[in-house]
Amino acid sequence: MKDSKSVRSKNRVAEHIKTVPKSGIRDFFELVNGVKGVVSLGIGEPDFVTPWRIREAAIYSMEKGQTSYTSNLGLLSLRKNICNYVAVNYGVNYRPENECIVTVGVSEALDLIMRAVINPGDEVIYHEPCYVSYKAEITMAHGVPVAVETHEEDGFALDPDELEKKITPKTKMIVLNFPCNPTGATLTLEQKQRIAEIAVKHDLLVISDEIYSELTYENATASIASLPGMRDRTIFLHGFSKAFAMTGFRIGYACGPEDLIDAMMKIHQYSMLCAAITAQRAAEEALISGTPDMERMKEEYRQRRNVIVKRMNEIGLPCMMPKGAFYVFPRIRDTGMKSMEFATRLLNEQKVAVVPGTAFGPCGEGYVRCSYASSMDEIIEATDKIEKFIKSL
Amino acid sequence: MEKEILRLLMDNARMPAEEIAARLGVSAAEVAAAIKKLEVTNVIKGYTAVVNEESLDENRVMAIIEVKVTPQREGGFDYVAKRISKFPEVSEVYLVSGGYDLRIEVNGHNLNEVALFVSSKLSTIDGVISTVTHFLLKKYKEAGKIIHDEEEYERLKVSP
Repeated sequence: MKDSKSVRSKNRVAEHIKTVPKSGIRDFFELVNGVKGVVSLGIGEPDFVTPWRIREAAIYSMEKGQTSYTSNLGLLSLRKNICNYVAVNYGVNYRPENECIVTVGVSEALDLIMRAVINPGDEVIYHEPCYVSYKAEITMAHGVPVAVETHEEDGFALDPDELEKKITPKTKMIVLNFPCNPTGATLTLEQKQRIAEIAVKHDLLVISDEIYSELTYENATASIASLPGMRDRTIFLHGFSKAFAMTGFRIGYACGPEDLIDAMMKIHQYSMLCAAITAQRAAEEALISGTPDMERMKEEYRQRRNVIVKRMNEIGLPCMMPKGAFYVFPRIRDTGMKSMEFATRLLNEQKVAVVPGTAFGPCGEGYVRCSYASSMDEIIEATDKIEKFIKSL
Repeated sequence: MEKEILRLLMDNARMPAEEIAARLGVSAAEVAAAIKKLEVTNVIKGYTAVVNEESLDENRVMAIIEVKVTPQREGGFDYVAKRISKFPEVSEVYLVSGGYDLRIEVNGHNLNEVALFVSSKLSTIDGVISTVTHFLLKKYKEAGKIIHDEEEYERLKVSP
């Protein structure tokens, strides 16, 4: 038998995919998996199980035999609830019939909008350190990712002046994710207004990934989609994973102007078809009755945040008080170690997992991400061990 | 702050003042003072453990008893309810709407002990018309705590 490898063409994998590195989180995950008895602050999802009433709604829909496809855009009743929720909480009105699409997690919505609007060579600006998908998604859609660094001195908020400096005639879109994974940073209303003015001035689209928006602990501000001139150029991305602890349901949505939703719908209908109906039913229940559970989880995150920030600063790892999400991003540079070295040694010597800041972009060097979506006991145990580690240096 | 302290203690009465303080971003002394005040003013009436009694060696039986009562001209149901409350084997007493008046919970070491309490103490109180006794067979949830909890499901140790 002929060795199949010998007849393989050398260029089986597309060039633009070859250039995309695997997620740095994935590498670190493999490392952590090899160590037993790890206390982890590396988890980017709620430690709560999905609230029972939401799980129960999913079970009930299955009992009733709801196991079919839905409309490509998603169940109309869910879209109506979504548009109502967005109107009440974010101050933007969208039509459920043609300005809202239900997707398989916000991740799919992000992929759809990138593929729907980017022509090869278009530049898309995003801020770093940031969630691992943005840069890769832009590249995979044949766009050119352009990073704007954010800094600890600014609380890791995006500086509108820095943003404007990156704009060229090829710039098509800006990606915003505030509250931010991994920094917990938020934007002030003034910053959002400045960014909106820049978007209007240069005729740019804006993706606003609001997945952590409910988890804003202080001074929550309006969505950029609600600012003057922005509704028609903003794609509002949101989902249920973080606020309602529904990561495994893989359910999210996009709201935006009809032409963009329509373009996204085309890709969605030929690739994903629709989100799982069970997840859609669960999501509907979350919007109808999940708010008290969500508020309870949010209060618990707020209290854990207070504890972990206090401990980090006591230990000697300077750490700002994040206003949103469930991450702290302490500075470890003063130990003399690089992020990867710090995280690896901490894992090997104290069995505590944190994620190196560099997994979220080169300017994350000198920081690590610690999630406080872990139980209070784990947070206390982990920070005690980090203290031992620092003292041992 | 008081409201949140109460909520935390109702979930875990053994939570140290230091932890409550760190959670709420105040000093431990402030928390200790607030708890003291809640105790003194009788807002907090006590602290108890929620026990999975199946894991204890001693025999215990518990019964929920529906009691019909003739209300008094002055004081309504209070006289009988307060009188029942004084028995140490009675752990809960509620005035309820519906087909009966008082819903009480009684603990004993065996069926006989509880039966004896019902026939000789409870039924003979002036104003008690009738009783229906339900012995508890299995406890699933108490004081907001699920007794036989779900199995722990392990998440990925690192995720984006």
